Amino acid sequence: MIKQEENNIESERKIVVPGEIIISGNDFLPGEGTRREGRDIVASRYGLAEISGRLVKIIALSGIYMPRRGNVIIGKVNDITFNGWVMDINAPYLAFLPAAECPRFISKDDIASCYSIGDMLVAKVDNVKSKGVDLTIKPKGLGKLDDGLVIQVNSNKVPRVIGREGSMVNLIKQETNCDIVVGQNGIIWIKGNKIEDELFAKEVIMFVTEKSHLNGLTERVEEYIRKRK
Amino acid sequence: MSYTKRPDGRKFDETRKIKIQLGVVPNADGSALFAFGDTIAIAAVYGPKPLHPQHLQDPSKGIVRCNYDMLSFSVSERKRPGPSRRSSEISKVTEWALSNVINLEEFPNTVVDVHIQVIQANASTRVAGINAASLALAQAGVPMKELVAAVSIGKIDDKICVDLIKEEEDYEDGEGATDIPMAFLPKSGEIVLIQLDGKTSPEKLREAIEAGEKACREIAKKQEEALKEAKG
Repeated sequence: MIKQEENNIESERKIVVPGEIIISGNDFLPGEGTRREGRDIVASRYGLAEISGRLVKIIALSGIYMPRRGNVIIGKVNDITFNGWVMDINAPYLAFLPAAECPRFISKDDIASCYSIGDMLVAKVDNVKSKGVDLTIKPKGLGKLDDGLVIQVNSNKVPRVIGREGSMVNLIKQETNCDIVVGQNGIIWIKGNKIEDELFAKEVIMFVTEKSHLNGLTERVEEYIRKRK
Repeated sequence: MSYTKRPDGRKFDETRKIKIQLGVVPNADGSALFAFGDTIAIAAVYGPKPLHPQHLQDPSKGIVRCNYDMLSFSVSERKRPGPSRRSSEISKVTEWALSNVINLEEFPNTVVDVHIQVIQANASTRVAGINAASLALAQAGVPMKELVAAVSIGKIDDKICVDLIKEEEDYEDGEGATDIPMAFLPKSGEIVLIQLDGKTSPEKLREAIEAGEKACREIAKKQEEALKEAKG
């Protein structure tokens, strides 16, 4: 849905700084990152202000990743407890993966046999509570990452790395012969046959994040790949 | 002889040339460089992130931690590296100034770390640090009431001067030099930091605060412009 919004932007969106009045009038409702002060809707954070109908919200340009239900993320096992794994997902809070999520039966005293400290997992955010995040790995395509290259990018650039309906990441996969998993938290896993392929894929992804504000990014990336080959 | 001309030829209500650069520390969640002429401060913001040790956590909101430091090569006489009495005081007042605008109720039990490094110093370092920190916090996407702008006002002999340099701070003739660093919230006009080193009459202090507020509005305008140009 982020991709659809990108079509009718520019005119509707502007960069706002904290404390700036975005719009005034009692008809508007303050959404994410905004607050009401009298008649005015005021920005509470730095980003792009978007007015869609009556709702005013701010789209972040930078900053940390905030987990949301349904996000596919990549995390690292930080600790093992008696009933699951504590994971670092590059967010303000640690996440918890219950032992019941493990694909096969494991006994209570042998949780480490499934995933041990330091393992990277692809997981889905199951629930976000006031303190902490619950993960699941039951859906298809999730689970442990055995080897490969893990890189980290700004989580706000992830929609551009993925591209419209995955166009960008598919292009990179095709051109570099690598398998790529992009976590919504900005952690990206790359696995190719050769280390050179993986490094090349990393280079292309870094190019995408640096040029993320430009239009026609897919064409630019194609050109960049042609030049580098 | 009274103080009629500033050593660098500036007007009494004129700041030095302001330079702002965003995203100077690639590994930080937000970072900024702010310079008043040859006073240069870099601020890096990390977080919100889990706070340890746990007893410092506040379950009602996130907290801010500030760390101000002057690097050993920032002054002409090598400064002994590491924390000092002076730097811990400045860290604390910066923290207090910034905590007035930062709103971390959505992030209980977390911390936002602000690291301010002065890489070149010619007076007014704490206000340059606050300006840099305010920009870095905004870039890190931390929820804030508004930006903070800070400036140092001086009473040199009986003249009110904006943005002091070292030479003016050391002025000894007449009434001598009084250094008053202050930080404002330019939109609401609140004062979030004011310190005074020297002596002044209440009337002159009032005059200094007025000059400070005016200078801070200009600085805030520059900060806004820089953030709008940066595009993330």
